[in-house]
Amino acid sequence: MMERSYEKYFRENRLPHIWCPGCGNGLAMKAIVMAIEEKGLSQDETVIVSGIGCSSRASGYMDFDTLHTAHGRAIPFATGIKLANPKLHVIVITGDGDCTAIGGNHFIHGCRRNVDLTVIMFNNEIYGMTGGQGSPTTPLGRLTTTAPYGTSVRPFDACHIAMAAGATYVARSTAYHVRHLAKLIGEGIDNKGFSFIEAYVQCPTAYGRKNRLGDGGAMMKWMRDNAVQLSAWEKLPEEKRQGKFPIGCFLKREAEDFNMAYNELVNRAGGAR
Amino acid sequence: MSVFTIREERCKGCGICVTFCPKQVLEVDELSKVHAVRKEDCIGCGQCELLCPDFAIFVDKVDKEAAK
Ligand SMILES: Cc1ncc(C[n+]2csc(CCOP(=O)(O)OP(=O)(O)O)c2C)c(N)n1
Ligand code: SF4
Ligand code: SF4
Ligand code: SF4
Ligand SMILES: [Mg+2]
Repeated sequence: MMERSYEKYFRENRLPHIWCPGCGNGLAMKAIVMAIEEKGLSQDETVIVSGIGCSSRASGYMDFDTLHTAHGRAIPFATGIKLANPKLHVIVITGDGDCTAIGGNHFIHGCRRNVDLTVIMFNNEIYGMTGGQGSPTTPLGRLTTTAPYGTSVRPFDACHIAMAAGATYVARSTAYHVRHLAKLIGEGIDNKGFSFIEAYVQCPTAYGRKNRLGDGGAMMKWMRDNAVQLSAWEKLPEEKRQGKFPIGCFLKREAEDFNMAYNELVNRAGGAR
Repeated sequence: MSVFTIREERCKGCGICVTFCPKQVLEVDELSKVHAVRKEDCIGCGQCELLCPDFAIFVDKVDKEAAK
């Protein structure tokens, strides 16, 4: 067999990974390395920064300079790296809890500052690592260990938050649509500014089981059947949108990134000494 | 024809490849490892390889003569 080209981006001695059978995190991680390969980023000039959670374990399997930080804090660490060494490509891996609960403020202000990062949020709609507590993206009615009678609070749409908060590239795809997800991550890497890509992934263990969604394959069939490309979504009447969700690139815009704004400020103040 | 490389140490028997194989080529055994039990039916579509979250199954298409 010819070794697959993306394998060189993994730390072979760390595999097999720790994720459960059927977990979608491996597919999101595969999409990231496919995008990195497609964009030709050098392993020595790419940094992977993650927070805490099952999803955030991905950094440990990836053969780059990697930083596994504190829960919710990947974006501030990544911001520091980008400011200190602007030539690095900085990629953030975070979970729905990591990004929109404990790290929610870092997330919105990262968007507002338009820091040149590519943030990939693995959204499994649950706190996987800690045993299935509800997250801010858990849909209404879903069972979690913290909502045994069903979630009664409306979920966040993390892409809407990113768009409202000032991100300059916002997109969503799923574990089932690996190649599409890789393409969107690649576009995020190309964008000079804060890029946010939501990777919808399955957690059969802490979420699927409790909600009788079946195994990993069944959860991915659901993604195949219910994710709708944005162009088709826009033509769907409201009643046909029920239970479905859009994927694709939602927003792309130009704005000065944080490094540029910071350099201008330094110059205005008389230059760095 | 297709040549299969299954990295057993990585396979967790999740069955995703089995679910998405259009030709029922694959089966997971009682020890949670996948096997290509109907190799001759494989059309080389690559779905199993693409959708395996564990980088455990690889399919290469080779022409029959070269494989001899
Ligand atoms: C400061 C702090 N608070 C709480 C925790 C416990 N904790 C670890 S992971 C996690 C949630 C993970 O959920 P998510 O970010 O969605 O990642 P997943 O495991 O679902 O991929 C929590 C609350 C922690 N490690 N640190
Ligand atoms: S608990 Fe869920 S998210 Fe965590 S590894 Fe298992 S399946 Fe994946
Ligand atoms: S998808 Fe991968 S890990 Fe799952 S059974 Fe198939 S080869 Fe094994
Ligand atoms: S390549 Fe296609 S037909 Fe062959 S085993 Fe894989 S999924 Fe089945
Ligand atoms: Mg989660």
